[in-house]
Amino acid sequence: MWYYEKKLQYPVKVSECNPRLAKYLIEQYGGADGELSAALRYLNQRYTIPDKVVGLLNDIGTEEFAHLEMIATMIYKLTKDATPEQLVEAGLGPHFVNHDHALYYQNAAGSPWTATYIQAKGDPIADLYEDIAAEEKARATYQWIIDISDDPWINDSLKFLREREIVHSQRFHEAVEILKEERDRKKVF
Amino acid sequence: MTQQKQMPDSYYQLLEQIQAVDFVLVELTLYLDTHPDDLDAIKQFNQAAYESRQLKNTFEKQFGPLMQFGQSFSNYPWDWKEAPWPWQV
Repeated sequence: MWYYEKKLQYPVKVSECNPRLAKYLIEQYGGADGELSAALRYLNQRYTIPDKVVGLLNDIGTEEFAHLEMIATMIYKLTKDATPEQLVEAGLGPHFVNHDHALYYQNAAGSPWTATYIQAKGDPIADLYEDIAAEEKARATYQWIIDISDDPWINDSLKFLREREIVHSQRFHEAVEILKEERDRKKVF
Repeated sequence: MTQQKQMPDSYYQLLEQIQAVDFVLVELTLYLDTHPDDLDAIKQFNQAAYESRQLKNTFEKQFGPLMQFGQSFSNYPWDWKEAPWPWQV
């Protein structure tokens, strides 16, 4: 089971109401390479991955939910004081008429989250390579958002998240090596 | 709709200390998942786990429980459900 802790993994502050930046950040909330996809992908792959790397998938999947909460906090804080006119101006008119100020699992272009974003192949190498690719794509997305954001507080939190993608990718690379070693050891007998 | 809560400075300072030591614990957990024989890392992990518990005890006495389902003790009346939630501060 999981326990909730009443704190963010890393502080999230915003400089000012900025619904346009929130619109871009939704990509990391309900987009293909976003935090929801990441959490669900790893936690779902756990069941059929070899025991040696279950712990890693479990723990990275759990950390992704903390990242999802950070992204949600950014979007919430950037939009909570926006008027309908400001939302329309930021391109969030279609969002407003369907969801008001509520968050929704969709990408920056408004497509709802879908399980087709994630794969579970049952083949450990295939799954781990997908996970590595997902981390690298998320890292790139964070970089593109940082490049077009001028909010120094948001950028500080986004840089933290970008670095976490790098660490996760490195850990997944190590998991691949652990499985290769185990495979080669079995061949000896 | 909820209001943004302005908490005292000590809330943010203590919270940031907890976030810092808990980050060490997240990072060491993932590292140890792929390096389970690193004794120095395990010693660091146990030391950080101890520091985290101490900091959280101090925080919870002032600002209420951080966790529930029995992972934190309760005050009277039940204050787990009280704001602020993490996105409100």
